[in-house]
Amino acid sequence: MGQITLEKVTKSFGDVEVIPPLDLTIQDGEFTVFVGPSGCGKSTLLRLIAGLEDISGGTISIDGQDATSIPPAKRGLAMVFQSYALYPHMSVRKNIAFPMRMAGLPKDEQDRRIAQAAEALNLTDYLDRRPGQLSGGQRQRVAIGRAIVREPSAFLFDEPLSNLDAALRVGMRLEISELHKRLATTMIYVTHDQVEAMTMADRIVVLRAGHIEQVGSPLELYRSPRNTFVAGFIGSPRMNFIEGAAAQALGAHTIGIRPEHIDVAAQDAPWQGTVGVAEHLGSDTFFHVHGTGLAETLTVRAPGEVSFRHGDRIGLAPRTQEFHRFDAEGLRIA
Amino acid sequence: MARAVSTRRKLIYTLAAWTAGLLIFFPILWTVLTSFKTEADAIADPPVFLFFDWTLENYAIVQERSDYMRFLWNSVIIAGGSTLLGVLIAVPAAWSMAFVPSRRTKDILLWMLSTKMLPAVGVLYPIYLIFIEMGLLDSRIGLTLVLMLINLPIIVWMLYTYFREIPAEILEAARMDGATLREEILYVLTPMAVPGIASTVLLNIILAWNEAFWTLNLTAAKAAPLTAFIASYSSPEGLFYAKLSAASTMAIAPILILGWFSQKQLVRGLTFGAVK
Amino acid sequence: MATRHSRSAARLMMAPAVILLLGWMLVPLTMTLWFSFRKYLPMRGGDLGGVGFDNYVRFVTSSAFWPSVQATLVIVGGVLAITVTFGVLLALLLDQPIWGQGIVRILVIAPFFVMPTVSALVWKNMFMDPVNGLLAHLWGFFGAEPVQWLSQAPLASIILIVAWQWLPFATLILLTAIQSLDSEQLEAAEMDGAPPLSRFGHIVLPHLGRAITVVVLIQTIFLLSIFAEIFVTTQGSFGTRTLTYLIYQRVLESQNVGLGSAGGIYAVILANIVAIFLMRIVGKNLDA
Repeated sequence: MGQITLEKVTKSFGDVEVIPPLDLTIQDGEFTVFVGPSGCGKSTLLRLIAGLEDISGGTISIDGQDATSIPPAKRGLAMVFQSYALYPHMSVRKNIAFPMRMAGLPKDEQDRRIAQAAEALNLTDYLDRRPGQLSGGQRQRVAIGRAIVREPSAFLFDEPLSNLDAALRVGMRLEISELHKRLATTMIYVTHDQVEAMTMADRIVVLRAGHIEQVGSPLELYRSPRNTFVAGFIGSPRMNFIEGAAAQALGAHTIGIRPEHIDVAAQDAPWQGTVGVAEHLGSDTFFHVHGTGLAETLTVRAPGEVSFRHGDRIGLAPRTQEFHRFDAEGLRIA
Repeated sequence: MARAVSTRRKLIYTLAAWTAGLLIFFPILWTVLTSFKTEADAIADPPVFLFFDWTLENYAIVQERSDYMRFLWNSVIIAGGSTLLGVLIAVPAAWSMAFVPSRRTKDILLWMLSTKMLPAVGVLYPIYLIFIEMGLLDSRIGLTLVLMLINLPIIVWMLYTYFREIPAEILEAARMDGATLREEILYVLTPMAVPGIASTVLLNIILAWNEAFWTLNLTAAKAAPLTAFIASYSSPEGLFYAKLSAASTMAIAPILILGWFSQKQLVRGLTFGAVK
Repeated sequence: MATRHSRSAARLMMAPAVILLLGWMLVPLTMTLWFSFRKYLPMRGGDLGGVGFDNYVRFVTSSAFWPSVQATLVIVGGVLAITVTFGVLLALLLDQPIWGQGIVRILVIAPFFVMPTVSALVWKNMFMDPVNGLLAHLWGFFGAEPVQWLSQAPLASIILIVAWQWLPFATLILLTAIQSLDSEQLEAAEMDGAPPLSRFGHIVLPHLGRAITVVVLIQTIFLLSIFAEIFVTTQGSFGTRTLTYLIYQRVLESQNVGLGSAGGIYAVILANIVAIFLMRIVGKNLDA
């Protein structure tokens, strides 16, 4: 079980309110990602759930029980930290055993769970090493192992992949997703990387300045962002925003169109411009197009290899059904 | 990046440094050498350096006449006890200040430091009176307490600077893993801080061992540590250089060795983290 | 950064240290302050009543006061000058590539670990003794008249002994500071064409500025209260009676506690003036 409910939760540091009243329910077994730019309060929110910080107001309940004043150790949650937070003076085995030792589990049960976790995480050969002798990815696995053996009602991940290099990050992302499929335990995952959010989440919570901007499945956020912030934050490359006459013609203050929804077209296309930077990735080509008169730069994603270069004139055709319309406050117009 | 230095220059630096080093060390060397001389050799004119009849008799005489072991034992108990007691009190305090800082933490730290700067002579008589009242004069317990108190600010400071280098996330991980505060400090913080705690202990043993204001003024015979024992040689009778040297050598040898081990941490401890 | 629970735990765990130090500071200091306003002669009638600021006035107007201030300043100033100057030079030297650097370092640091009574006695007897002292032999070797160190040049002798004890401290701290100097900075200056002396003046010395300040302040606090070195050498005679020693004599030797306490309060004020500067530096470092 692992249903977590936040009601009217607030958090202030001194006079500064970092989380204004916030309501959120995380369903049992759900993989929820908190995403937002740095300083948006996502890590604070996670630490509030963990109990590492006191909430200033409201209640947090876990499985229907008020957990607001329960110390972190008793909440039945496990956390994986950004720095992994392994105990440097203990072997991998002892690191993984630590929470069970604290809980007073019998020795043979501890050994059984360690063996199981080590097997699942490919750590069997490293059990007697110290964290300092492991690579970043292995340390990450130990941290996860330490979390798993507690059989918590929910896992909390605080930017766990941000210290890994790009290649490892993709691998670990998959491993964590697989872990979730296997354990079907509630997971709350904090990241500033929208790709991680999109690829892993059942449900994404987009945060800005402590506010929830939108909650929804990855594709919901992608298809119908509630405002320009979410629209700009979710999706890569970023959505293009166009203001002025072109927007007014559609009855909006701002219109947004994703780079993948603009086609490279012949000379008589509706939009014309000059290629600034062309990024050839092989599978895709990104153009940064200037001089369209719509926005300073339009980003365009063309599938495959397209042979426009810097300085070439280019014609663009937006797929008009993919326009997102926003009003002057940046809110979506349905 | 280190660059290749010409051998000639290195030779000159080496010569200069060794000359300076030996010059500074010479009084200690001379003391140690003299401790192995007969009293006659010790005042020979011209002085003899190495070629004399080496003898251990001074050490035997010092022990026999003045019961050196008793003073040594007092020093060990007082220095060790005050350090141990200080660390026991300082670890929780340093934990608090390093990991649960508040707006007042800095003020408290600085205030603690300021108590260290209180001139001892300014409170000599009150302490003297209190000691008489409580029957602590010339007792090891009394001296242990006083030395613990005068060094407590340094112990707290050193531990604080070491603790601050331990990532708070690791302690939070322990908390998430179900450790109580006591377990967190015992199983996670302390083992991680062992090097820091060790050097704190070392430096404070040295400071307590060499403390010479309170030890001279609050002890007479029973609890006198080595500092006071050596001071009793200040009014000499007859030939005594070799015996003074033997006593001195025995008094400084243990701490010299400890000191060499802790030289790296010395800077940090004595500057309260202002120079690392 | 924490929860109410851990904050209250923190207060509880800080309490023993804070209470002990608070007691250690307040109780005796209050007593000293009280005595300083009393005519208090333990051997000659005990507490003979309040005398207002009499003790304070008498302490500073006694014939021993100004000489003791002078002796204190000469000793502190002399030791500081010697230890800082030679400390910088030694630190620069030890920072160079030399064979056996570790051993030289150990040799240089050693005097710091020698207990004050030992170093004072060893210097007094084995070096400064006008008949059998090594320095007398050295003077004799060059045909000079041996010096009666502790009576003819008492302050210089004390300065020499104390400076010998504190030179390692200065050297060690300055060496640590020099080693923390970014060598790229020096290389950049070298690329810019700065000759060695101006590199020292413009880069090394400013970098050392803070360390030198720390050395000066910490040493001053310790030097203001040197005791054992005087206690076992001159006992305060020959003009070596420092403020600390004067107070000690008033309190324990002549048993005039009221007068000595007033002196003690002066010493506390003096030490606090130095301490404020030191705390500023240390405090600034805390924020970093």
